[in-house]
This record gives sequence, C-alpha cells and structure tokens, in this order.
Amino acid sequence: MGKQLDKIIEKVLEQIDGAGFRQKGAFNLRYNGTALCHGDSEHIKIKKKTDKQGIDIYIDENTKGEQVHIPVVVNATGMKDEVYNDFFVADGAEVTIIAGCGIHNSGCNESRHDGIHTFHVGRGANVRYEEKHYGEGEGTGARVLNPVTKIILDEGAVFTLDTAQIKGVDSTVRTTDVIMGAGAKLYVVEKLMTHDSQTAESDMEVQMNGEGSSAQIVSRSVAKGASVQTFHPKAVGNARCHAHIQCDSIIMDKAEVCSIPEINARHLDAAIIHEAAIGRINDEQLIKLRTLGMTEEEAEGVIIENFLE
Amino acid sequence: MLEVKNLTFKVDENGVERSIVKDISFRVEDGEMLVITGPNGGGKSSLAKVLMGIEDADEGRIALDGEDITDYDINHRAEAGIGFAFQQPPRFKGMTVDKLLSLAAGRPLTEPECCKMLSSVGLCAREYITREVDATLSGGEMKRLEIATVLAKPHKLCIFDEPEAGIDLWSFSMLVQQFERIHEKKEQSLILISHQERIIQMADRIMVIEDGKIGAIGTRDEILPNLLSEGQCACMDGQ
Repeated sequence: MGKQLDKIIEKVLEQIDGAGFRQKGAFNLRYNGTALCHGDSEHIKIKKKTDKQGIDIYIDENTKGEQVHIPVVVNATGMKDEVYNDFFVADGAEVTIIAGCGIHNSGCNESRHDGIHTFHVGRGANVRYEEKHYGEGEGTGARVLNPVTKIILDEGAVFTLDTAQIKGVDSTVRTTDVIMGAGAKLYVVEKLMTHDSQTAESDMEVQMNGEGSSAQIVSRSVAKGASVQTFHPKAVGNARCHAHIQCDSIIMDKAEVCSIPEINARHLDAAIIHEAAIGRINDEQLIKLRTLGMTEEEAEGVIIENFLE
Repeated sequence: MLEVKNLTFKVDENGVERSIVKDISFRVEDGEMLVITGPNGGGKSSLAKVLMGIEDADEGRIALDGEDITDYDINHRAEAGIGFAFQQPPRFKGMTVDKLLSLAAGRPLTEPECCKMLSSVGLCAREYITREVDATLSGGEMKRLEIATVLAKPHKLCIFDEPEAGIDLWSFSMLVQQFERIHEKKEQSLILISHQERIIQMADRIMVIEDGKIGAIGTRDEILPNLLSEGQCACMDGQ
C-alpha cells in the first residue's frame, strides 16, 4: 500500500509523468522540499544525500528496460526548493528516467524549484531521460523552474533527453552541459511553450571530446502573448565527431524569440551543422486545415500541438 | 449540384483594380466531372479558390444543392460538402501523415485505413504513415498526400487544382484510375483543373477559361477536338 496522495499532487503528476506515476519499483516523489515516498527495485537503489538536499540514484549493470520515476511537486507559495540529484548508471545498463516538476501556486509569493541533475553514464549504457515542467494555480505568485542538467557520457553511451515545458511556468533558465566520450551518442528533443509575459532561456553546451561521438539536438518552441524566449545552443567538436542542431520556433502575438547558435570546430574532422528558423504560423497551413472543416482557432491549435508533438 | 451565377473576383494591384474572374456562370450536376482548362494565368485557380471560400467573390452567387454558400467562410463550405486539393500543398512540421489523414477524415483512422488511402494515390503506404509532413517529403509525395486528404471522406463536390503537377507517370496513371472510380460511382461531383489530355478525356464536360472568362463550355465531344487542334492540352506520356 503506497502513500495516499492528495488531488493536487495527482493532478500535477498526470501532467508531468506521462508514463503514469506509481509507487512501485524505483521511485522518489519530492513534495514541498521533502521526499514524500520512495522505493527501490532490485537493480535501482535510491539514497538520500546527507550533505545537501537531494538523492543519489544507482542503476546497476543488470538494469534492462526498467523505469525510475522521480517527480517533484511544489504546492506551497513562497517555497524555494533547490535539490541535487546524481545518477550513476553502470556500464551496459538500459533505463528510462522520468523526472519533471510541477508547481501549483495559489498564493501571491514566488514558488521556485531548481533541480540540479548530474548523470554519470557508463560504457555502452543507454539512458532515456524524460523531463516535463508545468505550472498551475490561481495565485499571483510566480512559478519559477531553473533546471540544470549535467551529462557525462562514457565510451559508447547513448543518452536521449526528452524535455518539455508544457505551460504555466513564468520564468525558466534551463542549463544543459554535456561531455561526450568516444562513440557516445546524444539525442535531445526540447519542446517549449510560453505565453502571457513568461520568459524562458535555454543554454546548452555539448562538448564532443571523443572520437566518433555524435549529437542530434532538436528544439521546437511556441511563444505566445508577450513572452520572451532565448536559445543559446553551443556545440564544440574537439575530435572527429558529428553534430546537428535544429531550432524551430513559432512566434505569435507580441512575443519575442531569440536564437543565438554557436558551433565551434576544434578538429579537422568535426562536422557541425546548425539550422534555425523563427516564424509565424503559415497562412497556407491554416487555410489547408480550414478546408478540412476547422475554424481558424482550431487549426491554430492543431498546428501548435503537432509542432510540439 | 453546384450552381455559379455571375461570379466576379477582383484584386488590387498597386491601387489598380483588376478582374481575375469575370462574370462567370456555370453548373456542375450531381456526379458530374467538369474539367476546367485554359491558358496559364487565365483565372482557373482563382475561380477554384473563390468556390472554396479562400478568396471572396466581389459579385455573384454560389449555391450547393440549392443552399446559398456565397457568404460561407472556408470551414463552413467544407462542412457544406466541398473538398479542395491545393496545387501546392503546405507542409506541417511535427504532423505525421496518419495524423493529417485522420484530420482530413474527421475521425481517427486505423493503420489499414491509412494504408488503403495512401495506396490509392500511389504512395507505398507503410513507409509513409509515421513520416512527418515536412520538407523530407518530395513535391510529388506531398501532392499525392494532398489528394489523399480530399479522398479521405466523401464530399458533395471535390475540387482538384492541377492534380497531375509534380507527379510521376506511374502515380499519374493510378491517380487517373482513382478519379475514374470516383466518377463511375457518381456519388461526388468533381471539378478538376488540368492541362492533361488523359484527365480532360475523362470529363463529362469541359470548360475553357481564358482571361477570366468562359471561352467555351460543353461536352467532351464538343470541346476536346478544338483543344487538341489548338494544342492547348498536354500529354503525360511525353508524346
């Protein structure tokens, strides 16, 4: 029998944990700055840090296709929660880590969560990391999320980062740093939606140090209202490597989107490509969907939904 | 039945008003195939867009099965039963082929249903279902997918603007067969804008649009000999 969760927690979990949070296997639910419930599995052990807030997650080499859920819910106005989670993924392990943070703020003070996640991924290990960020609540207090993700990939490791900011986050600064060993592969899909007067900044730096390492980074965002988004993806090729960065944004209303790519080749055989496009919703797309029977508003919703799919 | 009366469509070109469609009247009977042909820039595509509500008519009336749809906007004309295939279909980043087909059908489609629709327009189905409708599809693939979106559900009237453009010979033959099948059933009226002889030869009636006006309208036997002698239609087989 697991811990009884209240309706707000369950509602927020539905938003941030698409696979469905269950108090089974390896999990840790952090609520208002403390671990509300947690569990280990045969191959995945979660230990509370003793020197600061956070947990260490040990994923052993026999982990094959297992999930570990570590969501965070903040439901207290005025809370400033900073947490350090370290993941130690053994050689050859295959795991899906489902994180994410949801803030429900009904008050007038700022609620904030800064999650600093560090991944040490062993040789040949394969990690899928899913992270969704979401804000809600009728209060006037801001909902702030500042995730920091550090990824260290050993030889032949594969890391898939699937990150999404769904809605309701007033301010975010997302920092992602990746260091890649020989033959390591990185796949990043970043989806971001801002509205009203929200701000979002995404800084990503990928250091391809190992021979034959490769990175594919796709960022898609929609900026509505008077929101402001800034992207700064940086790829550095220090060896024979390949990287492709693609940033696409839809801009609406009075929003502002700024994309500042940086690609840096420090090796003759480093091949790095960056593509960026910012634009409004295409009129022809709207008209096509309207010929299928949709109103303009419905067509706009379908275009955005699929763009961020 | 589609009934068009005294339709006029004008554009503003640097402050000067220019008529693109000039006082056009015609009818398309239930189950009839009308092929509209004529010189480039004559107003064929503009006429099609006015029929779909993409452009607003300046004068005239349009009725579908006796219902005046002149003041309907695009989606209401779609709901009234008009389907429209664009000459140059738009691409959608992030949207998969099966999703677009489901939107076109107005319901979630199963994989076999999607495959059947794609096969009918010459696309090797399973390869395409989960692909994005983006720049990774060629112009010809986009064009065939566009036609499939119109065939995804029954309409009272389907309008195809140069369906043959950008399509290879093999797919073109499949497409012609598809139009023939629809035409044989007589359940939907068809307007095809085309320059291709094989499509024109399928028509019950042919309408030639020149300089925004109807140059000629009549049965295939009445109009086609003149078109062929004037060299106004093209052959897809390269002859």
